[in-house]
Amino acid sequence: MSEAGTFDTVRRGLSLSPELRSGLAGTVGLAVLQMSGRVAVPIAVQQGIDHGINGPSGPDPAVVAVVVALTLAALAISTLCGYLMTRRLFTVSETALGGLRSRTFRHIHDLSMLHQQSERRGSMVSRVTGDVDQISQFLQTGGVQLLLAGGQLIVSTVVMFAYSWQLTVVVLLSFGPAIGVIRFFQKRLAGAYRTVRERTGVMLGAVAESVVGATVIRAFGVSGRTARRLDTAVDDLRTAQQRAMRTSVLSFSSGEISAGLALSGVVVAGVLLGVDGDLTVGRLTAFLFLVTLFIQPVQIATEQLNEAQNAVAGWRRILDVLDVDPDVADPDDEGVELPAGPLSVRFDDVSFRYPGGPMVLSDVDLTLDARRKYAVVGETGSGKTTFAKLLTRLMDPAEGTVLLSGTPLTGVRFSSLRSRVVMVPQDGFLFDATVAENIRFAEPSLTDDQLRTAFTELGLGDWLAGLPAGLETAVGERGESLSVGERQLVALVRAYVADPDLLVLDEATSAVDPATEVRLQYALDLVTRGRTTVAIAHRLSTAESADEVIVVDAGRVVQRGPHARLVAEPDSIYAKLYASWLEQTR
Amino acid sequence: MTSGTGNDVLVRGLRVLGRAIRTEPRLFTISAIGSSFFGFLIIANSYVVGAVIGRVVVPAFSERRVSSGGLALTCAVLLGISGLRVASIWARRLGAGFMQFRLQARYRRAVTRRYLALPPEWHQRHATGTLLSNASSDVEAAFAPIAPLPFAVGTIVMIAGALVALFLTDWVLALVGVALFPALFALNFFYSRRMAPRQIHAQRMRAKVAAVAHESFDGALVVKTMGREADESRRFGVFVTELRDALVAVGRLRGVFDPLMESLPSVGTLAVLLIGTWRLQSGAITVTELISVAFLFTVLAFPVRAIGWVVGELPRSVAGWERVQAVLAAEGDLSYGTGDLPGTGPAELRFDRVDYRYADGPPVLSDVTFTVPAGTTVALVGATGSGKSTIAALAMRLVDPESGSVSLDDVKLPDLSAPALAAATGLVPQIPFVFDDTVRGNVALDRPEIDDDAVRAALRLAQAEGFVSALPDGLDTEVGERGTSLSGGQRQRLTLARALAGRPRLLVLDDATSAVDPRVEAAILGALRESGTSLLVVAYRRASIALADLVVYLHQGRVVATGTHTELMDSQPGYRDLVTAYEKADQ
Ligand SMILES: Nc1ncnc2c1ncn2[C@@H]1O[C@H](COP(=O)(O)OP(=O)(O)OP(=O)(O)O)[C@@H](O)[C@H]1O
Ligand SMILES: Nc1ncnc2c1ncn2[C@@H]1O[C@H](COP(=O)(O)OP(=O)(O)OP(=O)(O)O)[C@@H](O)[C@H]1O
Ligand SMILES: [Mg+2]
Ligand SMILES: [Mg+2]
Repeated sequence: MSEAGTFDTVRRGLSLSPELRSGLAGTVGLAVLQMSGRVAVPIAVQQGIDHGINGPSGPDPAVVAVVVALTLAALAISTLCGYLMTRRLFTVSETALGGLRSRTFRHIHDLSMLHQQSERRGSMVSRVTGDVDQISQFLQTGGVQLLLAGGQLIVSTVVMFAYSWQLTVVVLLSFGPAIGVIRFFQKRLAGAYRTVRERTGVMLGAVAESVVGATVIRAFGVSGRTARRLDTAVDDLRTAQQRAMRTSVLSFSSGEISAGLALSGVVVAGVLLGVDGDLTVGRLTAFLFLVTLFIQPVQIATEQLNEAQNAVAGWRRILDVLDVDPDVADPDDEGVELPAGPLSVRFDDVSFRYPGGPMVLSDVDLTLDARRKYAVVGETGSGKTTFAKLLTRLMDPAEGTVLLSGTPLTGVRFSSLRSRVVMVPQDGFLFDATVAENIRFAEPSLTDDQLRTAFTELGLGDWLAGLPAGLETAVGERGESLSVGERQLVALVRAYVADPDLLVLDEATSAVDPATEVRLQYALDLVTRGRTTVAIAHRLSTAESADEVIVVDAGRVVQRGPHARLVAEPDSIYAKLYASWLEQTR
Repeated sequence: MTSGTGNDVLVRGLRVLGRAIRTEPRLFTISAIGSSFFGFLIIANSYVVGAVIGRVVVPAFSERRVSSGGLALTCAVLLGISGLRVASIWARRLGAGFMQFRLQARYRRAVTRRYLALPPEWHQRHATGTLLSNASSDVEAAFAPIAPLPFAVGTIVMIAGALVALFLTDWVLALVGVALFPALFALNFFYSRRMAPRQIHAQRMRAKVAAVAHESFDGALVVKTMGREADESRRFGVFVTELRDALVAVGRLRGVFDPLMESLPSVGTLAVLLIGTWRLQSGAITVTELISVAFLFTVLAFPVRAIGWVVGELPRSVAGWERVQAVLAAEGDLSYGTGDLPGTGPAELRFDRVDYRYADGPPVLSDVTFTVPAGTTVALVGATGSGKSTIAALAMRLVDPESGSVSLDDVKLPDLSAPALAAATGLVPQIPFVFDDTVRGNVALDRPEIDDDAVRAALRLAQAEGFVSALPDGLDTEVGERGTSLSGGQRQRLTLARALAGRPRLLVLDDATSAVDPRVEAAILGALRESGTSLLVVAYRRASIALADLVVYLHQGRVVATGTHTELMDSQPGYRDLVTAYEKADQ
């Protein structure tokens, strides 16, 4: 796909934003009217000279005044048309491209988690910002000029033919090689601009990393290294820009040279024709001016075609994203609702591997009953988070099926799935907003009182009251104005108010102090009674309080059962884990 | 700092251009000369065509004989001119383009240098998305007028030439020209004045859209798990619409300006025609002179637009420039001393009556005093939000205390040079930050003293050797942006290895083993103790705490007690509740 041709890209780009075509005829009409104003002035000069200044009875100011007045009127109309045209163009193109930004943004969110992670955030951001800007810049300046140049090209060719077909052939022949050259450069230019857009994305990624990791960079005193990497990204972009510029200028100069060829060709051929008596001096002179009229739009067109490649590169990058199918897709209308009531879970011979990696989960075959609380434990990297992601359909298994209350997950409508199944991920992310807004992210309709009640129910009322501005406390970017444990508290309350039937906690309280965690655990058990809960934890206190424990080791479920029974299985993985937990905490 | 009005935006814009020219004088000169030469060639070309018709075409047609020498010469001259034009275009285009790109690169480097130099506090006050657009679209906007600048300069040279020619021809007609140029100037002035606030607003909205997109993609997982895609799109849509409106407002004004700018020289031509006829009647000028003056105005009509292009971009340029300047001029850098930390081996950390608060929030630490004697392990214990990470940040001098002092081996931290400080201390932050790099790159961070053996040793100590050797390319495995291809515990151990690899004299572990199994945690801490470095550990597990020589118990930003674990268990009920919470829960 990525090597799709220019025209293909433009065609598809345009079909993405059908709004662009609305009123196109009107816009072009206005542009033509504006252009004709440019022609009015030379005509006025000629008319004024022929009839007013060189008039039969000497210079006649009255005639000139009439001509000037008429031309001024024409100029006024042209200016007005220019205003209307620009206004229309901006309104239409910005509206269409705004739509494109929104659509791309939405599509990126609809992509599967793994796809999202396969691309750097800076690069994704540039797809809804800079890449779109490239298109709008072209549409607002180059696009119309390109259309008009095309028109002028056709008109002047026709008129040239009327004057002398032989000379016209000479002109067309001298531009022949240029067309080949320009086509050649267009290809390279397409690649060059693509590189520019890509490196812009890389640069943004590098900047983002240096900003997000600012504290680590400082703590390790490695700003020199980071600066070097940033410089490389910045300079790579500059080299790419310069390369594109060089190619564009080369391509442009081929048109310029053809103009010289055409002009001298016309003189030579014209003289030869004239000597044979086929041409008069007047006609040749007129033709030479016509050639200029022909050359001008060719130059504009070359220039704008070059600019167009920049826009095409932007379009292509957007198409590249839009062309990726959300492989973990919402079945939407074809999907079903989850059955009402608490949810049970079934993993039917599920295996999973990350793209290009080894098996991370193998043959997981497991049933979790509704209304019970499960703890998933295991060493780091054993596959617990992977299990949770499959359970919440952030990913689809490579083999096997995940079912909720008997319904295969792939057939469940997202609107139903996401409101009934909620996960608190390992790194609870908060938005740069207030505590209240972050909680309302899960349930926008909640009143302040309901929010407070939620905190109180989880035993966090005191903590909330201790915040400088209570619910209205700003949490900062990614929640960084709160301590890490506090962030987890907010993320947990957020999941709690979503009121799910299946709650998945991936080390949701790993940074919270033991006393608070125990209290929270207790409160959570009370309020989530009657729902299904799956909690992943390294702190085995969670496992002790669960109805059942599932032990994962190297991607397989090796043990399951109530805590008391598993501990008693001698030499089992869980028994060892628990022994060391006891040793560590007592 | 950015005034919302555009009273002097033209002046400020020209100042930006002046700065740009002073920065890249060579490239600017090349392109300006190329552009002026180009103008000269345009005029020369029309004279040559005239001469060709007069001297070659007419004689040939009348004599019905071709002088091949004459024709060859004509071709040579025409082709020569077009060759020169190509050269002048190269000079102008490449000069201007390279100048623009070099300026962009230079300021991108400068801006990102500031990002690296400014302290964490400053970073916290600025959204990542905004900083991203400072380094990208703002820098781009600041130097947008550079591309058409040489063309405009060439035009000004041409206009000056034209004015001289005008005065040589007829002073009355010259006055038309003289009147026209102030009119052009006034138009530009009013335009940039009205445009500035719109451009500033548009640029701000651009940054806002980038910021929202960045945050939203950053939190994509939460958006997904909560099924909020539609709402996020709506939130984004609001800003997109605002950006659209801002850009349409820009377009409307441009719709007024561009056509007027284009028509004004034509009005001049018409005035010349009218006044010229009158001058002709009074015998002050000849027909030829009138025609050439009219022609001159027509020829100027197009290049004059180049001035419009430059002026048209100025408000955006000023808007971008000021946003860039805000970063470059931002203050609050931590100034480092020049001192080295004397001696080798473990260092002693001392907090002396330290107070700290974030921005204008409530006090977070009050009167914090404690010591980590050289070579010992001190556990920092306190409830969530009690200020442990803040202490870790102060110990690394990521922030400076409001009052009181932090010192290493009796040297106050602000007296130490940045490299000395970084070499002496190591931090494993509470949230592991992994660079978009290989495993080796993440551990070594290009620190010269850390070779592959040191990397392996550090990974071993951090209990990370096992999983790293299982990775497809071992040390050379790329871990993805923020380490997405690793599990939480793997990321944590990688950052632990990074800190260990530097063999710091003081190591601070901020809850650095939360995602690690208890057994592994014990192994790591045991090994660290043996290595003899001074250790400050934020920990909850009793075994980890019991390993410590000393425990500092923190409650709501105050050190409530310092002592051994056993002492605190006896004397501090709060402490006891905290660390025995799990046992109590069982009962
Ligand atoms: N996005 C990814 N791409 C490739 N490999 C991955 C990805 N995410 C995880 N892995 C690998 O899959 C394995 C299981 O990871 P997972 O996150 O499920 O572990 P975990 O049990 O949750 O560990 P932890 O306790 O450290 O959170 C690990 O070896 C990890 O390196
Ligand atoms: N950048 C910040 N801006 C404003 N307040 C902050 C900031 N960082 C932390 N705080 C506040 O300062 C207090 C101490 O935070 P700190 O991160 O030091 O706690 P902590 O003891 O490390 O907690 P945890 O165990 O949750 O990590 C908290 O009340 C927190 O809300
Ligand atoms: Mg995990
Ligand atoms: Mg902390």
